[in-house]
Amino acid sequence: MSATAEAMAPRAAAFSPIGDAVIDCQLQKVFYGDFLAVRNSHVPIEKGKITGFIGPSGCGKSTVLRSLNRMNDLIPSFRFEGHVKYHGQDVYGKTVDPVVVRRYIGMVFQQPNPFSMSIYDNVAFGLRLNRYKGDVEERVQKALERAALWKEVKDKLNKSGLSLSGGQQQRLCIARAIATEPDVLLMDEPCSALDPIATRQVEQLMLELKERYTVALVTHNMQQATRVADTTAFFGVDISGGGRTGYLVEMGETRQIFQDPQEELTKQYVSGEFS
Amino acid sequence: MSDIDLTSRPQESQRLSLERRPFELRALTSGVLTGLTWGIAILGSIPLFSVIIMLVAEGGARLDIEALTALPPAGFEMGGGFANAIIGTLVMVAIATAISVPIGLLAAIYLAILDPHSPLAGTSRFVAKTLTGFPSILAGVFTYAVLVINFGYSAVAGGVALAVLMLPTVVLAAEESMKQVPKKMTDAAYGMGCTRSQVIWKVVLPTGLPGILTGVMLAVAGAAGESAPLLFTALFSNYFMSELMEPTASLSILIYNFSSMPFDNQIELAWAASLVLVLIVLVFNILARLIGQSKV
Repeated sequence: MSATAEAMAPRAAAFSPIGDAVIDCQLQKVFYGDFLAVRNSHVPIEKGKITGFIGPSGCGKSTVLRSLNRMNDLIPSFRFEGHVKYHGQDVYGKTVDPVVVRRYIGMVFQQPNPFSMSIYDNVAFGLRLNRYKGDVEERVQKALERAALWKEVKDKLNKSGLSLSGGQQQRLCIARAIATEPDVLLMDEPCSALDPIATRQVEQLMLELKERYTVALVTHNMQQATRVADTTAFFGVDISGGGRTGYLVEMGETRQIFQDPQEELTKQYVSGEFS
Repeated sequence: MSDIDLTSRPQESQRLSLERRPFELRALTSGVLTGLTWGIAILGSIPLFSVIIMLVAEGGARLDIEALTALPPAGFEMGGGFANAIIGTLVMVAIATAISVPIGLLAAIYLAILDPHSPLAGTSRFVAKTLTGFPSILAGVFTYAVLVINFGYSAVAGGVALAVLMLPTVVLAAEESMKQVPKKMTDAAYGMGCTRSQVIWKVVLPTGLPGILTGVMLAVAGAAGESAPLLFTALFSNYFMSELMEPTASLSILIYNFSSMPFDNQIELAWAASLVLVLIVLVFNILARLIGQSKV
């Protein structure tokens, strides 16, 4: 480990957001068992903005995203050094219930994953989970409208969620995630299983969602980051330690990352020299 | 053109031809082997169909309203039926289901979700797999030792013996179908802020339900046809059951008893009862198929 001590030092000046950081994420080291997956990544998530995570495969961007709402807890060998603070509260605090964290910080996954139940029940799922007392029907409709899916499904709300096309399924999952009005929405490559038209629809949707929610978006697609992200975090892979360890190379306003990158590695990546 | 070699035998591909050559060795071998598999498949189904044909031929004649509603006849008596045995079989299978399904389901939840890799899970899984090949008469002997010696022959004891036989099938089928619920679905549930029990009750069980019910139906079908465990536990009765704690008739024991009697009437009834038993098993198997196919 000492051989990599020099490489461990942060290379770019830490990014400090102009607005309020909803989530302050400082990951010194993230392990899966003995494998060091991510190191030295300070990724603040700014309120009301879309923060994009880009970088080559295996750079740990999904790992970072999943540690924000403790989805990594489901992997028994996961452990980390550092802290994740949500509105100043330690997400990994001893008295914190990860279930509650995930109700505030919702998630949309890479593969569309509707439950095998009706479209209506899919969207109402979270509301029922939280024993929502108000008008469930109205909230379901609102969520489907915001997810730009209402017109397509309003006549078949009792049909199975699995009967929809891939793009519709993903918008259904977004509707399901926003029905409970979470504060932050984590999106892990939400368009990677979608065709270009569906991708365009979901991107349009993200831009509308940021009016109400804070969004963190992992994407493989640099054009997508330039189209929707306000702030972009670029992660790289360090293979000097023998393993493949991801780390934050540079983070800044999206325009700056793509047009005026401060790091050589960022410059090479955004110009397509490696992927 | 002669460069193109599709058969890797240069001398044959001198003139390129895509025509089928039915007398080529390769085509002949393929034809013979295909014919052979057809023949073996038909051979394999002969016993099955001959049993069904024989049951229908021998038992069909006596399968009337009287057979389904009357009590078994005594000695030289004519007519009669096996209504009490049908009821007894259904009641004991119901008792066995009521015992084995809740236990089996909870065990499967433990094996599939709660702690799949613990030593206890490994041991339970191994024991369950071993028990699927458990000689059914031993389930009867076991229940005899545990229940019958103290409480006498009864429908409950019969149900317990059948439950012992059903349990491993239910556990393994339920575990398998819960394991097949895609991880992305449970991830979604956790991501929505579900607790582990909510994930199990609201997502894993409903999604795995068709597979679980298929397993239960197959176990029920197997239990309905068992006779050995009931010999030691439910015994038999010539009358309708009035309570659960008395010796109870069942179709399989009735068949066993009547088929060895020297009276034509009883032997005919045994055939008819066999047909009814096969039909019951068939209904449960068809139900299992239908449930297994149905998708939400």
